[in-house]
Amino acid sequence: MSTVEKPSAARFVGARVQRREDPRLLSGHGQYIDDVRLPGMLHATFVRSPLARARIVAIDLEHALAVPGVVAIWDGSALNGDAATPLWDWAGEGTPFPEVRALAEGDVRFAGDPVAIVIARDRYVAEDAAELVDVEYEPLQAVVGRELAEASTGRAHDGIDTNVAWSAASPTDPALEAAFAASAHVITETFRQQRHVNVPMEPRGLVAHWERGAEQLTVYASSQNPHQDREYFARVMGLPEHHVRVIMRDVGGGFGQKIFRTREETAVALASRRLGRPVKWIEDRQENLMAANHARDEQMTLRVGVDADGVITAIHASHLADVGAYPLMPAMMPGFMALEVLPGPYRFARYGWAGKSVFTNTSGISAYRGPWMMETVAREIMMDVVAREIGVDPAEIRRRNVIQTEDLPYTTPTGREYDRISPAQTLEAALEEIGYERFREEQARARAEGRYLGLGISTYIEPTAGAQGPTGIEAATVRVEPSGKVNVLMGTGSHGHSLETTMVQVVADQLGVPIEDVRLLQGDTAVSPYGGGTAGSRSAVIAGGVARISAIKLREKVLELAGHLLEAAAADLEIEDGTITVKGSPGSSIAFADVARIAYYDPSRLPEGMEPGLESTSRYSAPPATYANSTQVCTCEVDVATGEVRLLDYVVGEDCGVMINPMVVEGQIAGGVAQGIGGALLEHLAYDETGNPLAITFKDYLLPTTEDVPDIRYVHVETPSNTPGGHKGVGEGGAIGAPAAIVNAVADALAPLGVRVTSQPLSPDRVLAMIDDARSA
Amino acid sequence: MSKQLISVRINDELFEGEVEPRKTLADFIREDCTLTGTHLACEHGVCGACTILLDGEAVRSCLMFAVQADGASLTTLEGLAPEGGPMTPVQQGFMEHHGLQCGFCTPGFVISAHAFLRDHPDPTEEEIREGLSGNLCRCTGYQGIVRAVQRAAEITREDVTA
Ligand code: FES
Ligand code: FES
Repeated sequence: MSTVEKPSAARFVGARVQRREDPRLLSGHGQYIDDVRLPGMLHATFVRSPLARARIVAIDLEHALAVPGVVAIWDGSALNGDAATPLWDWAGEGTPFPEVRALAEGDVRFAGDPVAIVIARDRYVAEDAAELVDVEYEPLQAVVGRELAEASTGRAHDGIDTNVAWSAASPTDPALEAAFAASAHVITETFRQQRHVNVPMEPRGLVAHWERGAEQLTVYASSQNPHQDREYFARVMGLPEHHVRVIMRDVGGGFGQKIFRTREETAVALASRRLGRPVKWIEDRQENLMAANHARDEQMTLRVGVDADGVITAIHASHLADVGAYPLMPAMMPGFMALEVLPGPYRFARYGWAGKSVFTNTSGISAYRGPWMMETVAREIMMDVVAREIGVDPAEIRRRNVIQTEDLPYTTPTGREYDRISPAQTLEAALEEIGYERFREEQARARAEGRYLGLGISTYIEPTAGAQGPTGIEAATVRVEPSGKVNVLMGTGSHGHSLETTMVQVVADQLGVPIEDVRLLQGDTAVSPYGGGTAGSRSAVIAGGVARISAIKLREKVLELAGHLLEAAAADLEIEDGTITVKGSPGSSIAFADVARIAYYDPSRLPEGMEPGLESTSRYSAPPATYANSTQVCTCEVDVATGEVRLLDYVVGEDCGVMINPMVVEGQIAGGVAQGIGGALLEHLAYDETGNPLAITFKDYLLPTTEDVPDIRYVHVETPSNTPGGHKGVGEGGAIGAPAAIVNAVADALAPLGVRVTSQPLSPDRVLAMIDDARSA
Repeated sequence: MSKQLISVRINDELFEGEVEPRKTLADFIREDCTLTGTHLACEHGVCGACTILLDGEAVRSCLMFAVQADGASLTTLEGLAPEGGPMTPVQQGFMEHHGLQCGFCTPGFVISAHAFLRDHPDPTEEEIREGLSGNLCRCTGYQGIVRAVQRAAEITREDVTA
């Protein structure tokens, strides 16, 4: 399917259709994980290590077990053996990986490491008992800090005699070195990004229910991908996959944190099987900030060769990531992805890279909205550094390097193939919308008055809908029921990204029925066909694509049957608003609902050989990646007396292909930008040198509020992708682009003071320190 | 722990129950009264997700004990609009302007917006941003929420003049 034909009557795709999930969620009738209640359900909580690295000398459960209402307490040595396999294992040639068990056993490896699970009749009792579990620790040297880990004499893990988890580099390239040697300027700078936490507003949790007799595990999960959870629980519990059912109803945000099931969730499932009763675990916010997976915590050094005209002729990137103790993805992922995507929207002819990840005694790293986004942070801040150094305008230097339409198709030095992208257009569109020239004049006037205004640009290409392995496909069953109402069954789930609305828009258009007549059923492995779930901005492209394919297939059957009944050729029919009419003869028509009824109840009226019923299932295997592109531009004022950064204006120019619902697209961008603002200005999960986390409440881990996020304006460029609906992903772009735009705006504002900004967060104290440093330099 | 008998009116229905003095009001509402529309996102008073109306005032139900609400009259998200009846202007505004994505912060925002608009029927954007700055949302970037509250004020004015 190479082109995007518009549906015959495109009424819903492209429209700002109001959300189907809203009436339920706005009236308090959502079904989140903590709303699940099963008869006989018990409650779990965890005893966690207060130390980053220690030997467990003894665990005394006596007092805790005596608390009335306590049902069981197990430590690692008691429970871990119930798992059939290590929970996950990313070990490979040259990439060691620790054995991951549900509970710590023998030693602890980060502050928050679960040491024992307490099961009781309610959460208050469970927490009382957890307080009384007496664990004796013998402290060991903790490995903390990504730049210190490799040389540390401590070891993050027993049994792994290095803290280096992964290290690799591109082959030596004489042409790259020659390009550097021939450059008019060679500029080197290191950029740092602090540790973040995804912080979905709903913390992690699950309810596991082992049904004795049926020998079946039902898991209610706060997840992003129920089918992958099913496979996970089947594997670690040693169960056949058809004896596991995973149900996710409403999920209060994920942002990558809920892609993978974690050690605690596994312990709860194992406990349920031992007890033969449902067990619920809902973590509190301190646990979420301390022990749910973290993100970012990385740095990148760029060496850039530039010719006299500001064209970049050579670039080398080296990346260092702290992946914590038990990363939920392979240790290479943050670095490898960032390095691979780094060339981004520019014609960088010569590129080399090196990457390294280290284990530390901190909470493990996982995916967070654009987990490779360090490439945009480093590259886009570097573009401004170069511009300043060689005296070229930052918009102009991007123009000189950005991929133009006439360059397409274009293959990056890392082998990514771009076809239907528009980075030059989104760059210009965003600059125009913000009023670039006018702002420069305003900035000059402000400077003359002693005020510090700045503008920052961030341009990037986002590989969306990465499709391989478990996330390669999506499936949709579209079923017209006997009454003519339509159920769509998909392997997706709901955590804020509006699929109950957008998938229905796609199907309603193809079937020509009112949107109220279509409903999406998802998030239940017993109901839906296999799907990869939500990760990597894949839903619009892959789920939207297959919803369309399946609906088109069913439409063909509907028309064939209607044609038979109306004695007309299927090609001469159209479906509009639930009525099928012979084109040009409005008198000759049949209601969609009548066709449905006949399909099920009156098989003798079907054409020869047609199977009764109206249902189609399709699976769609998407291309390896579908590229979206965007430029974010923002302006700010920095108060040099207080260090406060105030964002003044914010524009996102973006091309996510054909938009299913612009309201949802803009919501996704806004949410991502807000998270980027948090990362640029506020959020920091800091550890002290002993590995003690310093920001485990919302008083310390600061999220942006209504007063921190400005109004965002959007300019949409629509270049259809080469996928069935012409869509591209848009879930992560906002978060990817924002930090660099903001850092560049602050650096631009403070440039007259000689301040260089290369790290985050730009909190008032750190801004003041940077100003002080520059003044005393 | 000895339990105490309390009676609380929630959304015009009387709930009587025996609770431990340490049980939070939020847990009483969610567990004892099975009104799960009130959410807990921090349990330490910062995020505002658990906001309810107590005798008309917006309070954080994670910061109160159930026994402190004995005899009080509460409104939670479930009770704002009559069951099956039209949404309130605030709910309508949230729907029209994509003021929610995952919906987890939404109970707190909607209740807070009700209390805010009662005191500021014709607010400026700045007043809305300040008035709701004590609630956290991780999904929306707030723009849709601010627009939703502006729209709610507009609907309310239209209703009054109509
Ligand atoms: S849950 Fe009460 S303020 Fe966060
Ligand atoms: S809508 Fe998800 S936290 Fe606000």
